[in-house]
Amino acid sequence: MTHAVTRSSRTSRIAAVVGVVLLLGLSAAPWWAGRADMRLMGEIFLYLSLATLWNLLAGYAGLVSVGQQAYVGLGGYALFGLTILVGVPAIWAIPLAGIIGALVAVPVAVLIFRLRGAYFAIGTWVIAEVFRLTAAQVSALGGGSGTSLPADVVRAMAEGRDAREALAYWLALGVAVLVIGLAFAILRSRLGLALTALRDNELAARSLGIDIWRTKFIVYIATAGLTAMIGALIFIQKLRISPDAGFSVNDWTAFVIFIVVIGGIGTLEGPILGTLVFFALRETLADLGTIYLIALGVVAIVVMLRAPSGLWGLIRARAGAELFPISHRVRGETQQGDR
Amino acid sequence: MSEPILAISALDAYYADFQALYDLSMHVMPGEVVAIIGANGAGKTTLMRSVSGLIRNAPEAIRYRGEAIGALRADQVAARGIALVPEGRLLFPSLSVEENLLIGGQMHRPGPWSLERIYALFPVLQERRLVPSTALSGGQQQMVAIGRALMANPDLLLLDEISLGLAPVIIKTIYDALPGIVEEGMAAVIVEQDIAKALSVSSRVYCLQEGRTALEGRSDVVTREAIAAAYFGM
Amino acid sequence: MDWINAIVQGTLLGGLYALFAAGLSLIFGVMRLVNIAHGDLIVLAAYLGLSVSTVLGIHPLVALALVVPIMAALGYGLQRGILNRTLGDDLLPPLLVTFGLSVILQNGLLEIYSADPQKLQAGAIETASLQLGSLALGYLPLLMFACSVAIIAGLQWMFYRTALGRAFRATSDRQDVAQLMGLNRAHVFGLAMALALAVTAVAGVFLGIRTSFDPSIGGGRLIFGFEAVIIGGLGNIWGTLAGGVVLGISQSIGAEINPGWQVLAGHVVFLAIIALRPRGLFPRMD
Repeated sequence: MTHAVTRSSRTSRIAAVVGVVLLLGLSAAPWWAGRADMRLMGEIFLYLSLATLWNLLAGYAGLVSVGQQAYVGLGGYALFGLTILVGVPAIWAIPLAGIIGALVAVPVAVLIFRLRGAYFAIGTWVIAEVFRLTAAQVSALGGGSGTSLPADVVRAMAEGRDAREALAYWLALGVAVLVIGLAFAILRSRLGLALTALRDNELAARSLGIDIWRTKFIVYIATAGLTAMIGALIFIQKLRISPDAGFSVNDWTAFVIFIVVIGGIGTLEGPILGTLVFFALRETLADLGTIYLIALGVVAIVVMLRAPSGLWGLIRARAGAELFPISHRVRGETQQGDR
Repeated sequence: MSEPILAISALDAYYADFQALYDLSMHVMPGEVVAIIGANGAGKTTLMRSVSGLIRNAPEAIRYRGEAIGALRADQVAARGIALVPEGRLLFPSLSVEENLLIGGQMHRPGPWSLERIYALFPVLQERRLVPSTALSGGQQQMVAIGRALMANPDLLLLDEISLGLAPVIIKTIYDALPGIVEEGMAAVIVEQDIAKALSVSSRVYCLQEGRTALEGRSDVVTREAIAAAYFGM
Repeated sequence: MDWINAIVQGTLLGGLYALFAAGLSLIFGVMRLVNIAHGDLIVLAAYLGLSVSTVLGIHPLVALALVVPIMAALGYGLQRGILNRTLGDDLLPPLLVTFGLSVILQNGLLEIYSADPQKLQAGAIETASLQLGSLALGYLPLLMFACSVAIIAGLQWMFYRTALGRAFRATSDRQDVAQLMGLNRAHVFGLAMALALAVTAVAGVFLGIRTSFDPSIGGGRLIFGFEAVIIGGLGNIWGTLAGGVVLGISQSIGAEINPGWQVLAGHVVFLAIIALRPRGLFPRMD
């Protein structure tokens, strides 16, 4: 009997086809969706991207950060700073914000990688607080009360409100595709192999000659840059930024963590499922205000204790499905189809 | 005939994901010293961990004074009067010698053993009572580990590989102390690699092989041939 | 003179930060748990102090007689009911569960007490002060500092001189062997959390007397406590007090330079410590 090692399965091939069709449909949303729906979908894409990045950090690289709001806020402030103070067009400010985020992350990583485990987590939070308090000192961007994106910067983005909304939507969709595609590519690369080894057993990974510090460093810098880019997009939609909004631990980290935990940490599908669940809950229960947030916390705790691999973990345990072909499957030639 | 203090019947035990003991049965009478011998991987340490509650099993598989204790936690087992001297000693590194002994006695079970008596048994420990347990030699650490178990005033003492890695002269000191320990009616189970030593201190012996009992007999009558056969499965 | 004043006031403030840190440090030492909800528990204690003192019409410091046992009981229940299930080799469960707890506490307090800032009224003692030359030392900050030092000393004594402290250290060393000694790990951890939250109760009430508070400030208090622990050096109780004082002085000197820099200056000193002495100022010898 001969064996073949494959990554794709029938499920993942179907998922790929459905994904392409879905993507085409979503790209055309400006022609079929209303303004409010488009805004909501744009927000979903941005949260999906944040969740995928946090999952890459915590679920794969073992870098449990509770301070990713540092880069969301930094990206937002970079956008406002570049457009208002330097006069860079908003479209160009978005990738620049990403580059700034990655560059700032380099010294930050060198510093906080000295903290281990849970102390690393709180260390990331301190960094975010430092960014927030520093932003509040920048009087050119409104200090503690923040500032709005000037009308001429907004107008220069595109002709008319509809075109601007469509542009913001496409950018959000684009960044989500970019982030998920990148995460997928990373996990299938050598780096991804190192990450998976790291996640499963750090000691064994070290003995296999994987440079753990370097692997974690690359992941941290990459996610920081992308998170900053997402931050720029978030505040292009909001048109207004303040230190408290930009560096909010609840909005940009707590919700993101809940999404990943509920969906399933350590899988690519988990954050997607988690985002859909999160927004479904939010759209139906958000009127309840704080009660809704309490319920979200309770759900996250229950999932963590009872089903630590999340909803996607439950589904996979039942069906063995994998939408993203990442793990290798050994298949005998005599066997037919997939298990 | 009195009832056995420890009765194990049809015990299947697992170490991590591997089954280490299969349908094992054995018993220990009050005041009796029983030796367990067997090659590495025969399941001796799994047996010790099972009896002491570090590995939890079916409740009925292990009975102590008639009570089913197979599924109890280690602290519940300890409270009933079973103390383990674990393989590798496993002292508490951030506690001093005396604190290691005191923590052994923290359940305050009544009985003959106290700090004074441990120090009388192993005088060197009294001299070094305030140093961290990590500062002791291997033999002295083993004395602390035994003293720590005795401080619980157990009725059943489990000794797992107490001579492992020690110099012969130290092993002799420790084994010379054994009769004094068990003379007051304490039962003991001794896991030992040195077969001659095991036979000399025990009244009965069990030989384990691949998780099963390969031989059971009185220590003064079993022959070397029978042990060799049981040991290596010949 | 302003500078000397800043250093003295910062030192007194540091006592409070050391109290924030003590509970955090204790539970990390015993069970390697970092409790993200620690700051929110401090705020919860402040609100409990508020409710007890207003409902019974008693002084907030007297209210401690109720707040401390309530928080201790809560800690024991929390540990046995939820947190013990998260402990293990994996770092994520305790972190994420306490993060969830933090959100629940914050929003629960918001629901009950609203977002309006509150303050505990300690009466005439709040304004009374000891005049030393041109230096005015408030009786209240002095009293709180003395209490903090006494509590830290008590924790040190408990940890190294009592049977309970021995049980904590033994369980911290080797959980399974401690179990063999008849120590029920779940119970020992419950006691450690109860003690940590008893200290937290005092910290919360002191915080509420010193400054106004609202449900959102927990994260900041967690960070101050955490910074004090790291600056002082892990596993060193007196070091934690020193860490709190260093943090307090940094903040008050920062505020002296520019009022907007108070908290920022503390963070900067903390980051400098990680850069230059990653094991803290007074690391444990072993």
